Amino acid sequence: MAQMTMIQAITDAMRTELKNDENVLVFGEDVGQNGGVFRATEGLQKEFGEDRVFDTPLAESGIGGMSIGLALTGFRPVPEVQFFGFVYEVMDAISGQMARLRYRSGGSFHAPITVRSPFGGGVKTPELHADSLEGLMAQQPGLKVVIPSNPYDAKGLLISAIRDNDPVIFLEHMKLYRSFRQEVPEEEYTIEIGKAEVKREGTDITIVTYGAMVQASLKAAEELEKDGISAEVIDLRTVSPLDIDTIIGSVEKTNRAIVVQEAQKQAGIAANVVAEINDRAILSLEAPVLRVAAPDTVFAFSAAEDVWLPDHTDIIEKATQVVNF
Amino acid sequence: MGTKTIENIEGQFEMFQILNENGEIVNEEAMPELSDEQLQELMRRMVYTRILDQRSISLNRQGRLGFYAPTAGQEASQLGSQFALDKEDWILPGYRDVPQIIWHGLPLYKAFLFSRGHYVGNQADGLNVLSPQIIIGAQITQTAGVALGLKKKGKKNVAITYTGDGGASQGDFYEGMNFAGAYSAPAIFVVQNNRFAISVPVEKQSAAKTIAQKAVAAGIQGVQVDGMDVLAVYKAVTDARERAINGEGPTLIETMTYRYGPHTMAGDDPTRYRSEDQDSEWEKKDPIVRFRKYLESKNLWSEEKENEVVDKAKEEIKAAIKKADSTPKQKVTDLISNMYEELPQNLREQYEEYSAKESK
Ligand SMILES: Cc1ncc(C[n+]2csc(CCOP(=O)(O)OP(=O)(O)O)c2C)c(N)n1
Repeated sequence: MAQMTMIQAITDAMRTELKNDENVLVFGEDVGQNGGVFRATEGLQKEFGEDRVFDTPLAESGIGGMSIGLALTGFRPVPEVQFFGFVYEVMDAISGQMARLRYRSGGSFHAPITVRSPFGGGVKTPELHADSLEGLMAQQPGLKVVIPSNPYDAKGLLISAIRDNDPVIFLEHMKLYRSFRQEVPEEEYTIEIGKAEVKREGTDITIVTYGAMVQASLKAAEELEKDGISAEVIDLRTVSPLDIDTIIGSVEKTNRAIVVQEAQKQAGIAANVVAEINDRAILSLEAPVLRVAAPDTVFAFSAAEDVWLPDHTDIIEKATQVVNF
Repeated sequence: MGTKTIENIEGQFEMFQILNENGEIVNEEAMPELSDEQLQELMRRMVYTRILDQRSISLNRQGRLGFYAPTAGQEASQLGSQFALDKEDWILPGYRDVPQIIWHGLPLYKAFLFSRGHYVGNQADGLNVLSPQIIIGAQITQTAGVALGLKKKGKKNVAITYTGDGGASQGDFYEGMNFAGAYSAPAIFVVQNNRFAISVPVEKQSAAKTIAQKAVAAGIQGVQVDGMDVLAVYKAVTDARERAINGEGPTLIETMTYRYGPHTMAGDDPTRYRSEDQDSEWEKKDPIVRFRKYLESKNLWSEEKENEVVDKAKEEIKAAIKKADSTPKQKVTDLISNMYEELPQNLREQYEEYSAKESK
């Protein structure tokens, strides 16, 4: 096994699927010769040729629409949106078109497309690069939305996404790209889309989270342990559809929960998780389910980013509040 | 028949030039009317801006600036075009177009605050400028709107916007030109063709041989200009502006230029996609070198004058950084306050929460 960063694991997943299936195509702005602005596609054009891995003109709606067209002719496109804040430029192609292709055509056509894109705060980007927009995507029926929190999951989930016959939005947190390495098998493996993972077992409270907030939640759980609070941490891995069984199973055991997201509080994934818990496990609850989230402004201009983003201290505070309710 | 049409069109977009690489006037009749003082002022601005670029790059490397997109090589294109404007004209810049808004009146320390991701750097303070647009193409349709607004209000002003060769592939680019054309709005669309959109060469953006020819489909004027020739850029924008305020509609101007530095300071490595030969070929066309030659031949410029500009630039940059440093730290409560005219309940609550947090 090799030690890989998350970005290397992502490259490795694309390499694996480019090898496995000649219909897989990887394209986007700067993904060819340059290997992507984060080097996610490093070496792929050289290895698989310009026919399979290529640069596009600078136009996200074009990238999205072309992906649908290629899917209709039998390809399995893996387009990149260079930063997910640019998704607004391709909203119609994603939510108005690829998400509805199977439905609209009564099952005649489908869109086996994996839209990869970096997002996430803590790296001081200019505006519209770091926004957590997974809630927007999750609101669109027809899409699956996947957010890995570590290198191992990134590879297994991306391979599953590429093999999936429905469109998958695959969001890569920029802060996780190179923040740590992990053992990642060189051979192929998949992780089922729609399956959460219990990252840490606990008995007093469940922390449901995903993306970069998994690290923050694990850190919080360690500190809570010192205060005698045993926290279970669930990494959703797929934020749409949700793994209801894992969430509810855990809450029925701990009887308390908080949901942690980097995105703004209004609407969003956390609100949905809270609603599902209330719908299904209200009688198990000893306390209300609270949320840790960013404030309801547009993503912070970078000079205020550090305060704006939720961190482990916010998680400890909320968890303690719920435990002491 | 089809092929003939495209050839006919492409043949019409030869590059407009006044001052060649050697600093010689090659197109006397196109020479704009500029006084000696104005010529010197243009030079002063280009030299100043080159120094600003060098300082910004080193400040960024020291961690004292944030997001920065280098400008060296594009001075003629950026400053020649801004020089043709009236103070009341609107500028809708892209992320690389900070020099134009500085010369339109944005204080230097604000440009630094913009770079650091501080909202004060985005405040216009009554200037007709927007903060540099991050979403490529978004400014272009907005420019059509500003121009239409100016026309409806009976103003004798224009709206000018900038994008790159990559930006000319966006749908917004076509929509903006088409709208402005349809309403005969006083807009000027400048595409600074510096040959690369990050790593992607302009040849891969489009089958069109020039970007200027894209004006044809929108039914508006289009011209390709030597973007390393400050006189040609100034003249092209002056003419476009004149037509625009006379009700003759918008113009697309493609300036042929080059960015010497990396795309931005966030890890771009141009050696991955550009050759040294290509770099040095373009450096020979340098806008400042050729204009210096020209001015020296007219006894309008000297080493002494240039040193004065350099010293002044360095001094002012130092002072502006100091001012940026002393600007109050940006708070989350500032961000909350700027969300709506009146805060809704959730934000009122969060305002309290964050002011407690931030006063700790
Ligand atoms: C809508 C959108 N897509 C992609 C980007 C990322 N990006 C920033 S600059 C750039 C290349 C732009 O090239 P060009 O338009 O030629 O302008 P230049 O940077 O060369 O001045 C890209 C792809 C963006 N900022 N906005």
